[in-house]
Parts: sequence; C-alpha cells; structure tokens
Amino acid sequence: MEDIGNLLHGFSVVLSWQNFLYMLVGIVLGVIIGVLPGLGGANGVAILLPLTFSMPPTSAIILLSCIYWGALFGGAITSILFNIPGEPWSVATTFDGHPMAQQGKAGEALTAAFTSSFVGALFAVVVITLVAPLVAKFALQFGPAEKFSVFFLAFCSFVGMGKEPPTKTVAAMMIGFALAAVGTDTVTGQLRLTFGFTELLGGFDFLVAVIGLFGIGEILLTMEEGLSFKGKAAGINPAVVLQTWKELPRYWVTSLRSCIIGCWMGITPAGATPASFMSYGIAKRVSKTGHKFGTGEIEGVVAPETAAHAAGTSALLPMLALGVPGSPTAAVLLGGLLIWGLQPGPLLFVEQKDFVWGLIASMYLGNVVGLLVVLTMVPVFAAILRVPFGIIAPIILVICAIGAYTVHNNSFDVVMMLVFGVAGYVLKKCSYPLAPLVLAIVLGDKAEEAFRQSLLISQGSITVFWSNGLVGTIMALGLIALFWPALSNLKGRLLAPAVR
Amino acid sequence: MTRTVPLRFPALSAAAAATLMAGLIAAPAGAWEPTRNVEFIVPAGTGGGADQMARMIQGIVAKHNLMKQTMVVINKAGGAGGEGFLDVKQAKGNPHKLVITLSNLFTTPLGTGIPFSWKDMTPVAMMALDEFVLWVNAEAPYKTAQDYVKAVKAAPAGQFKMGGTGSKQEDQIITVALEKATGGKMTYVPYKGGGEVAVQLVGKHIDSTVNNPIEAVAQWRAGALRPLCVFDKQTLPVKDKIAGDQSWADIPTCKSQGLDIEYLMLRGIFMPPGVPKEAVDYYVDLLKKVRATPEWEQLMKEGAFNQTFMTGPDYTKWVENEEKRHYDLMKEAGFLATN
Repeated sequence: MEDIGNLLHGFSVVLSWQNFLYMLVGIVLGVIIGVLPGLGGANGVAILLPLTFSMPPTSAIILLSCIYWGALFGGAITSILFNIPGEPWSVATTFDGHPMAQQGKAGEALTAAFTSSFVGALFAVVVITLVAPLVAKFALQFGPAEKFSVFFLAFCSFVGMGKEPPTKTVAAMMIGFALAAVGTDTVTGQLRLTFGFTELLGGFDFLVAVIGLFGIGEILLTMEEGLSFKGKAAGINPAVVLQTWKELPRYWVTSLRSCIIGCWMGITPAGATPASFMSYGIAKRVSKTGHKFGTGEIEGVVAPETAAHAAGTSALLPMLALGVPGSPTAAVLLGGLLIWGLQPGPLLFVEQKDFVWGLIASMYLGNVVGLLVVLTMVPVFAAILRVPFGIIAPIILVICAIGAYTVHNNSFDVVMMLVFGVAGYVLKKCSYPLAPLVLAIVLGDKAEEAFRQSLLISQGSITVFWSNGLVGTIMALGLIALFWPALSNLKGRLLAPAVR
Repeated sequence: MTRTVPLRFPALSAAAAATLMAGLIAAPAGAWEPTRNVEFIVPAGTGGGADQMARMIQGIVAKHNLMKQTMVVINKAGGAGGEGFLDVKQAKGNPHKLVITLSNLFTTPLGTGIPFSWKDMTPVAMMALDEFVLWVNAEAPYKTAQDYVKAVKAAPAGQFKMGGTGSKQEDQIITVALEKATGGKMTYVPYKGGGEVAVQLVGKHIDSTVNNPIEAVAQWRAGALRPLCVFDKQTLPVKDKIAGDQSWADIPTCKSQGLDIEYLMLRGIFMPPGVPKEAVDYYVDLLKKVRATPEWEQLMKEGAFNQTFMTGPDYTKWVENEEKRHYDLMKEAGFLATN
C-alpha cells in the first residue's frame, strides 16, 4: 500500500506541464533515433546527456528515459517496412513483420508491434512497482553459471525451428560464433583473430553486421528481383488500428509468456535482444500455427516485440536497485545519475523517493504517450511503401552507411557493412538462415565469457551447470528445447501406428 | 612572417603593429582555444570508472560554460583500450582530442603487445588517483584482513575466488601481489565492469574483490559488503559517515594488517603527440577550473579519490616511474606479452 501512495506521489511530480513537454519531445526524438539504424538508444541518450545537466534530475531522467521508450518503439518501423532492423532487438520482428508488409498488411504489422510493445512495457512497469526489492534479490542469484544457462536456452530454442534444415541453422550459428570470437579475449586478455588489423581490436560490432546482413543484403536481393517491392502498396486506412486491435486479444497467452520472458531477461540482465529472439523461438514452438511462422503471422510480431519492450523496461530495475545496468542505454543513464548527484544502489529507493517514483510514474505515462504518438503515425509509415524502390533504395543505402559509421565514428565500419551485405546476400541465396548467425554474434562472446567464468569458479568441473536448482532447471529446459524436434518426431512415429 | 613585413613596406608597419597590438589586447600572448568540437576518448566501456569521470568532466564543462566548443565523449574500448590509445597516437598534432587513462595505459601494451606507450602521447594532467579496497560479503565471517588471509591460507589452493575487472589488469595484478604476500592461492575470475564485480560479490558468487571505492560504495552503504583494508600507505581522508558509524577514513591500511601492498590507479588526461604547447596549457587551465567546481568535489568525496593533481614535468616523471613499476609487477606475475 505504501508503494501505491509513493506511486501517486510520483504521478504528482511528473504531471507538471514542463515534464509533460519533455516527455513528448523525448518520445519523438526516440522514435527518430530508433528508426535510424546504428544510432541506437544508447548513442542518442549519450549525445543528449550533457544537455540535461542544468535540468532538475527528475525532468532530465524523464526526457532521457522517454528517448529510450521512443527508440524501443521506433526500432520496429524499419524492420517491418524494409526488413532492416533499426535496433538490435527488432531483428526478430523482421521474420514475420516484413512478410506482412509484403502482403500489403504493413498497417496491421505496425499496429501489432506498437501495441505489443506497450503491453510488454506496461507489464514490466507493474512488476517494477510491485515487486522491485524482491526482483532485485532474484537478480543477485545470477552468477556466471546461471547466466550461461540462460544463453544456452536462447541458443537451443533456436536450433531446428526454422524452415531450413537444422544443419544449416547450426552452420550459420557457428559462423556467428567465429565472428563473435574476434577481438580481445576477456578471460586471458589476449587478442584473437585480429591478424594484425588494429580495426579489429574491438571485434565485429553486432550493429554493423545487422545493418549489412539485413539492410544491404535486402537491397541487393530486391535489385535482383527487378527493382520493386514485392508487396502491394499498402492502402492508407486510419481504421486499420482498430481492426488490428480486435484481433490481438486472441494472442493473450503469447503476450503473457513474452512479458514474463522479457522481464526475466531484462532483470538478469541479458537484455532486450536475446529476449526478443527467445520469445519468438518459443512462440514458434508452442503456437498452433507455429509452422506458418516466418510467412507473415501476426503472432510472430507480437511475441518478439512484447518481450523486447518488457526487457528494455525492466532492464532499468537492476540499474536503479543494484547499480548494474541491464542494457547499454541503462549504462549511459547510470552515468547521468551520478552526475545529477544520485547514487544508484539499494538505498536509492529509500533516499530519493521523488526521483525513483517520478521515474516509475513517467514509465507509465511515457509509454501511453508513446503509444498514442506512434499509432497516429501508422498510416503515414505504411504509406512510405508507396514510394518507388528506385527512390527509396538510395536513401536506405545512405541511412545504412550513416548508421554503420555512427556506431563507432569509424569509416572502417562502413566497409565492413558492405562486406556483411554481400555475405548476407550470398547466405540468403544459399538459403542459410541469418537469424541464428545474428544471435550468435550478439550473444556468442557473452556466452563464452560466462561459460569460462563458471569453469574458473568450479575449477574446471562441468557439474557447475547442475550445481543448484535454478541453473539445473534452465539447463534442462535448454536441452529439451534442443532435442524437441527429435522428440516430437519420435512421438509422431510412436503414435502413428495407433492412428492407422 | 609578420616581422619581415615592416622591413619591406615601412608604410604598412604602423598598421601592422596596430593590428598586432589589438590582437594582443584581445587575447593574451599564447592563448589558444579550440575551434571545433573536442573529442574525449575513453579507452574503456560505458559505465566504468574512467567513463564516469570523463562524462562528469564533460558535464561540468557544459554546465559551467568552461569551453566555447562542445566536448564529446567517445568510448573506444576494443583491445583492452588499445583501440582508444591507438586512435590518439595516430591523431598526431590534433589539439582537439583528449584521452582519459586508467592503468591500461601501462598494462595493455605490456600484456597484449599492442604497439603504443604513454611516450606516444602528450601528458596533460593527473586528475586524481583511484584507491583500491579489499572487500568481502558482509555476511562472511572475516572481520579483518588478517582473518581473511588466514582463511585463504588454510583453504585448498584456488578455493577462494577473487573477482575483478578485466584480465592482466590492475585487479589481477593486486590479486597476484596478494598471493605473493600471503602465500595462499586464489582463483581470479575476470568480469567486464566494476559494478558487475560488486554485485557478484553481493550474490556470493565470488569471495572477495578489490573494487575501487566508487564501484562498491552503494553496496557498502546498503550493508551488503564489508571493506577490510585499503591498498594505500595512509588511510583515506574522507570522514563523512557512510555505512552506519563507519567512514572511508575508518578502513585500515593493508600494510597495518600485515599485507605490504600499495596500489593506486592513474586517472589522468593525455593528448595526441606533437600538439602545440599553448593547447596543452589551455587544457591544463580548463581542467583546473573543472577541479574547482562543487560537482567535482562531490565526486572526489563519494569515490574517496586521492586528489593529487600534477602537470608538466612532475606528471611525466610520475608516469615514467609508474610504467617501470608496472613492468616489474607484470613481469613478476608472468603477464608480459610473449611476442
């Protein structure tokens, strides 16, 4: 009850007209940042952070966190329209979102994406409001072994789920692992696979790879197919939002599951990207229409978007409660907290009530405002598809190049983007799935690090991954997911004679 | 060139002199100012100690209008910071680039063989020195460093886990020194950032850390961690109460606990090689102004920093000694790159 009172107090802090204005500005800026690939939420917040030092901390964090929400919303737009993820966590949204756009259902896909994002965020905020201290304790249980088990589960829920043969999925994943291994080995501090190139010291940035593989690769494919978008031009229909809303409640189970996956991944902290992949993978397994995933199923948009937004929101909790950022953007915000004279940590909730509950209240309001802003734009976004490919392709190319450059302010990355683009084209032509490759680039080095830390702690004994209930359960789930295709195959064979 | 003009064109000399005088009045001799954005390179990831300090400096400069141009913080963390240092090394003569250093200024070239050294850069100023404290979980039975050392010695080799930031860097160097001093053997587990290390200790996944004060202070205040000793020759100066009755000043030195280990980490500023002296002077002056702000003072207090400030030859000499010390420390630990 005390928390509810605190929350109401928070609303009273937030609901001044200045703060509301900051909120609106933040959302709009965030959407723009989210649409531009490369210029992620972390960069956007870092650039604007110095501007906020002269503001009161509460207003500043409202502005910055609203940029973050905006970026979470915006990432889906280009994924659906052009198959180019604006943010890493919207890669999984392309799988079904883009086919929908090609079928002339861009409006539906966008509405579903935005609404699911909102649902995910709302769920996460409620979790933060009600059980923040409890959740912080749960996060403390995650040592290296537990973290590895989560990554293991994410990988396993992906193998054998695609239309492609599992061998191709595994092959693509291995290429991803190899790329992730480039750079500095965090455990020994030695350089790996850099071949004397100083540009490779930092390894391959995931964003550059995604922009190349998806963005440039997609343009090359479209060019080959005759310089036009495959899909019909989307009709501009303002009622599309309401029509889609009627359909969405059907997927409440998927939504709820994705919310839980998202919160869990955000808090542990693994982040929004693995959350979206895992949620998509599991939805595909469990759903009755799972075999149709990848051809434009609305459920395939709901699952990753809900999870990504739930994770993105709950990632702020470990930052506030433990001082450990759950995402790169949260890391930059953490720097901001210190400059405003606030010390993140267990006592922040006790000592800085105005700030914490103001922030939480702004999460509620920011997401409502964000949803309204992006939903009104749906017809406009959908109309972009009417622009001829000959005009839009060069624009996309330029935006991709700028995006790749902004990741590290490095022109070498633009070259890398083009190389990845050609690689993406070749892989698609040979029908290798790109998603497992991307997943391995994002999580490969983190998984490796957690694995080796675990073995250091256990002094080389692999039993560390079954050493307690938590890690054992997650590992078992992972193994079940890995062998699911084989198991269901076996089940099918056993049942088949009975049916005949 | 201007000086030769009056000899050839006496008529112009008065005008030239007048212009020169006007110029002198407007800007004192040697004054240099940045003419475009100043890049502030952080050779580490976002959220770490160096990153926090860089963003703090950026914030103070912006808030107090200390510079006409904007300061932009850029993280180049690849290759244990090698990426950032190489960037500065290659920007020869560029006066619009600064870099903040941590101990990887010494450990990265020594440990990985990435080709750079502090001699490839222009020293500007030492902003502060970061302290190191030995921490254990508050629920652990060890009340003093002596208790802890006794337990480490009694346990089988490698059973005690020390968590730290990075590999073959400051935290691991201290760990090796600790092993040498006690004769016990610990397992060092590297993590990516100091905040993560502190939380892993709170979650009891590791047994101890040598976190910087600012990385662990929040957990200490919340009663989750316990400081045992500080790796400095004197106790910390900050007497404000932090956890219950305890202040930074109450933590004994490790030396007084029978651990003769001393380690401080440089938080200093460097520039690319071959920059004009006027530019260096400008930044020294700018950083002095930064140090005079209340925000800076607050940061120093919160992080219990050693507030030594050095510039010019003193600073260069200090860095030189420190490099030698790191070479010896890393050689002893067997961390030197083999190539």
